[in-house]
Amino acid sequence: MDTVMLARMQFGLTTIYHFFFVPLSIGLSFLVAVMETRYVKTGNEVYKKMAQFWGRLFLINAGVGIVTGIVQEFQFGMSWSEYSRFVGDIFGTPLAIETLLAFFLESTFLGIWIFGWDRLNKYVHLACMWLVVFGSLMSAFWIIVANSFMQHPEGYTINNGRAELSDFSAVLGNSNVWVQFPHVLMGALVMGSFFVLGVSAFNLFRKRGDFEFFRRSINLAVLVAVIATLGAAAAGDRQGEFDAKENPMKLAAMEGLWHTESGAGWSLISIIDEQNHKNLFELKIPFVLSILAFKDPFHEVKGIDELQAEAEAKYGPGNYTPPVNVLFFAFRGMTGAAGAMMLLAFLGLFLAWKRRLATTRWYLFIASFGVFLPYISNTCGWIIAEMGRQPWVVNGVLKTEQAVSPNLTATDLLISLSIFAVLYIGLAVADIFLMTRFANGNRVADFDAHTEAAEESDEKLLVGAY
Amino acid sequence: MDLNTLWFGIIAFLFTGFLFLEGFDFGVGMLMPLVGRNAEERRTATSAIGPFWDGNEVWLLVSGAAMFAAFPGWYATMFSSFYLVMVALLVALILRGVGFEFRNRHAAPAWTKFWDAMIAGGSLAAAFIWGVALTDLVKGLPIDANQHYIGGFADLFSPFSLLGGVALVSICLLHGANFLSLKTEGAIRARSERAAKILWLPVALLAGGLGVYAALATDIFSRSTLALGAGIGAVVALVLSGASLLAGRTGWAFLLNGLVIIGLALAIFGGLFPRVMVSSLNPDYSLTITNAAATAKSLEISTWFSLTLIPVVVGYQAWNYWVFRKRVSLKSAAHI
Repeated sequence: MDTVMLARMQFGLTTIYHFFFVPLSIGLSFLVAVMETRYVKTGNEVYKKMAQFWGRLFLINAGVGIVTGIVQEFQFGMSWSEYSRFVGDIFGTPLAIETLLAFFLESTFLGIWIFGWDRLNKYVHLACMWLVVFGSLMSAFWIIVANSFMQHPEGYTINNGRAELSDFSAVLGNSNVWVQFPHVLMGALVMGSFFVLGVSAFNLFRKRGDFEFFRRSINLAVLVAVIATLGAAAAGDRQGEFDAKENPMKLAAMEGLWHTESGAGWSLISIIDEQNHKNLFELKIPFVLSILAFKDPFHEVKGIDELQAEAEAKYGPGNYTPPVNVLFFAFRGMTGAAGAMMLLAFLGLFLAWKRRLATTRWYLFIASFGVFLPYISNTCGWIIAEMGRQPWVVNGVLKTEQAVSPNLTATDLLISLSIFAVLYIGLAVADIFLMTRFANGNRVADFDAHTEAAEESDEKLLVGAY
Repeated sequence: MDLNTLWFGIIAFLFTGFLFLEGFDFGVGMLMPLVGRNAEERRTATSAIGPFWDGNEVWLLVSGAAMFAAFPGWYATMFSSFYLVMVALLVALILRGVGFEFRNRHAAPAWTKFWDAMIAGGSLAAAFIWGVALTDLVKGLPIDANQHYIGGFADLFSPFSLLGGVALVSICLLHGANFLSLKTEGAIRARSERAAKILWLPVALLAGGLGVYAALATDIFSRSTLALGAGIGAVVALVLSGASLLAGRTGWAFLLNGLVIIGLALAIFGGLFPRVMVSSLNPDYSLTITNAAATAKSLEISTWFSLTLIPVVVGYQAWNYWVFRKRVSLKSAAHI
């Protein structure tokens, strides 16, 4: 295998893996901050226990998220040195701002939050969690600013054989930022809310732990889930419109649309023959693609073959078509999971309105599996974003094959790829072990701070402490 | 001062901050199995750095990102030339970080032992790797006219760079022992104080040896008075730290050994300047603050952000150390 392919596989592995943890960190930190705010406002101990129980799960998850993020930051230089040289003038700045503004804030105040329960007054302690939330938002924002330059480069000139910054406000005001950031953010909130929703539902279904504790948790989660799924859908719709205009090849590949059509239908499912540029089978709903992409049932949607010809005329001979099958099914994975989540969220809202949410057993059973859905949609979403810009690493400017570090051999990459794969599998096993252990409702009792048992034994109080 | 020089200074500051701060938590990580005789004591030792280590590590991440932003050529060449070494560093940092987070979450002895080994091993490997990398930067690597590394994995290791690795490990150990002496009580404190006294001589020999080797094998002291001054300062601080240890003045010993680290870092960065990576093939191929830099426009943006944010960061990190200024004991750990 060639080094470009191996380097891409490694980037895909490390990035997807990292993004298993990131949205849960963002979403759950927000929910924990809301719970602790309720505690500080009402003085109700159950909210404190909520902040601690869900906070502990947040910490386990964030522990892996933070360290796998180091890989993200180093791997541009390690495997993609020519990319780094080419875009550093623009791409490096948001990354540096991210570390300076976000990483410091998150890591420092998280440390204080973990150890500060008895050390700080409760307002200061609460402020620490909100600073962690703010830090994670800033982190997401600046990394999207950087990523947007790859998706839809703006604010640069090509000079000295590299992309040089010409207008920072254009980098920041890149229209892609303001489409993608809300989408990613809502995706993270969906993740956080479905995590709390699913774990609460499971514990309520199995009648584990304190009923009141999980009743309040699931109510909060359903409320956030309704807002977040709607928000994510709205933001996703804008993303689709944006890609239709600015990134038509990504849209066409995502839809398996080989030829330009007016009044294009949306295919629910297709069997795509990528080699011969045709679909062997498709189940299409007429006009829907034109409506989704352009809000006009008769609008023209460009097809892959036409776009490929246009790209060849513009950039010279070459293959400018991203992997169609991958994008097609990733899009259906993302929206399918999103649809299921929206259904679950609204069903939950209806039951909450009827005051039956915490007791409707069939719903609790189904909702327990809801935990897995946001992983599908978030992962598929990034696969679309990143594979949809192939063969470019910076859309229309630099090809992926030109970006890889020239000094790397296939052996180097095989070694590192196997090391990361083994390490990540191991970490996943340990993480899942701990998550299931501490997601068990009976562990809520760990936080019954003033019971006699806890007084007697430090062990209880110190569970999970450093 | 032009922006390129300023940014060289900012990166030197950030990286020195990383070595000083993460230096003691690398040391604590390595010493924890030695000064803690059982799982409880080891937990107490790790909780001495519990609220700090992650914030300390960010100094490294910021240094890397600042290199990317200000000197993309430096970032690209350095991280790609050290490719497999960087992979090892990442594995070390990941296992060590997860270790802190996971070790207390399950009481089974095998679980705690495993993560303790990861914490100790990860800290050791990370300190060693940075020692190797920093010495390689000043000694020079085979870099061609296009700023590409043309050597292999083995070219990263020489007696000099191995000495650099071992020396940094020993300095971090001493730094960690001093930190533990300041932050713990009872038996752990006594063992840490003893460890510091035992460690001083090896540190003096290794650091001194590194300085002599650097004077012979590199040009850093002859081309830079800053490097020479910093080197001499480090020697003085090292001698005084030994005296403080003998006098039982742990606070002074910690600060003085910290000055040794700062002195070494200044010697390296001062000796490099205005180069950022030395080419062993041809001095003209070396990467410098000019030929590896971002544009003035980009540097200006980065300057505004960093000069605003760095003082704020230093402020709240100092507050963090103030909040957790007390010595840790078995009872002082966190709730969740």
